[in-house]
Amino acid sequence: MTLNFILNGKNLSVETSPDRRVVDLLREDLGLSGTKECCGSGECGACTILVDGESRLSCLMLAAQLEGRTLLTIEGLASNGELHVVQQAFVEHGAVQCGFCTPGMVLATLDLLRRIPDPTREEVRRELSGNLCRCTGYQKIVDAVMAAARTLHGGMS
Amino acid sequence: MDVLFPRTLEELQKLRAETPGGLVMEGGTDLLVKIRKTGQKPTAIFCIERIAELQRLDVLDDEIVIGAAVTLQQLLECDTIKTELTALFEALSVLASPPVRHSATLVGNVCTASPAGDTLPPLYVFAAEVEISNTSGRRRQSIAEFITGPGKTTLQPDEIVTAVRVPRPVDGTHSVYYKVGKRKAMAIAVASMAARFEFGEAGAIKTIKMAWGSVGPTVVGAIGVEAYLAGGSLSVDCLREAGRLASAAVCPIDDVRASADYRRQVTGNLLLRLARDKRD
Repeated sequence: MTLNFILNGKNLSVETSPDRRVVDLLREDLGLSGTKECCGSGECGACTILVDGESRLSCLMLAAQLEGRTLLTIEGLASNGELHVVQQAFVEHGAVQCGFCTPGMVLATLDLLRRIPDPTREEVRRELSGNLCRCTGYQKIVDAVMAAARTLHGGMS
Repeated sequence: MDVLFPRTLEELQKLRAETPGGLVMEGGTDLLVKIRKTGQKPTAIFCIERIAELQRLDVLDDEIVIGAAVTLQQLLECDTIKTELTALFEALSVLASPPVRHSATLVGNVCTASPAGDTLPPLYVFAAEVEISNTSGRRRQSIAEFITGPGKTTLQPDEIVTAVRVPRPVDGTHSVYYKVGKRKAMAIAVASMAARFEFGEAGAIKTIKMAWGSVGPTVVGAIGVEAYLAGGSLSVDCLREAGRLASAAVCPIDDVRASADYRRQVTGNLLLRLARDKRD
């Protein structure tokens, strides 16, 4: 089938099988390997992408579901060579170690900050609870998200 | 495997008739995992996410109607659910994780009919009904009758659950959901409990409805526990005795997550949380 959707700001028309998993479409057909696959069953959050602004798991979506939707993957986040505020905060706070969970973690953070612009640390932990990290112990990730929230929200909290 | 997006219920029924061996997909968070695990692909998948009629989330005078395509996240953002169906709201808050809740649906959780389904004990205590449709008409059935065993429901091959209907509780109703799992997110409950109360004069329990998850083949109710607590109070002594009755009433199994004995103990202990959370 021919599938039309917006990927990282660009209109896209691709030939694909309707039952192809979105993670396979992105990684294997479109060469966007920033989206990671780990558990393949919705447990780990490594394959998180944004669909119409909401965090979704690309291992639990079929290509046909993307028709007419707007997708954001980690590749679409930096603009003009400048990292997004959330990415920059992850770098500055040492929230990246092996990096495998990072694309999903960053996109889940964008979703979280859309819904809760000025979160508490506890809210950050709760909202990122579907994204596993086996390196950092989460402390530095929470630090990074709190810093990004301050920058984006412009608050003093 | 074809993936089809009917726009109306009629179109869905027509496609199903034309494509035997196809399966209806709500959010897909259970179905797609199962297909991948077993390697058994259906002939087609009918995605209901673009059927307008199934996207309804209506707060009516007497009930809340939750269409089959409504996601768990949409329910979490519904103020009436938070204030009036608090136990359901609390169950949704601890069900899976945010990205799963952006796909998964309440009707999907009901049809999966897992003994550990987080939304099921709250739906039992609120006496929810499922609305079922096929080409010849519609029927309604209480959730307790609809779910008949682990993964088993009364849904016939030509039927689809179109909505869950939850009666709006009377003013002054309190409700809670407690879950014990291995971790806070993505956990399959070891044991869970929903309770709904009305309090009368001097804080005495006027009406009470309770249900436990993960401690039997389906949700377990215990009339004996409710009868014991009715007219009484949420004192630690009362709840300890009610907990003993509850432990005896449930029928848990040993599995990878916990032993039956542990589940019995947790079932009883969960009641004690009511004393902790008691409102004055």
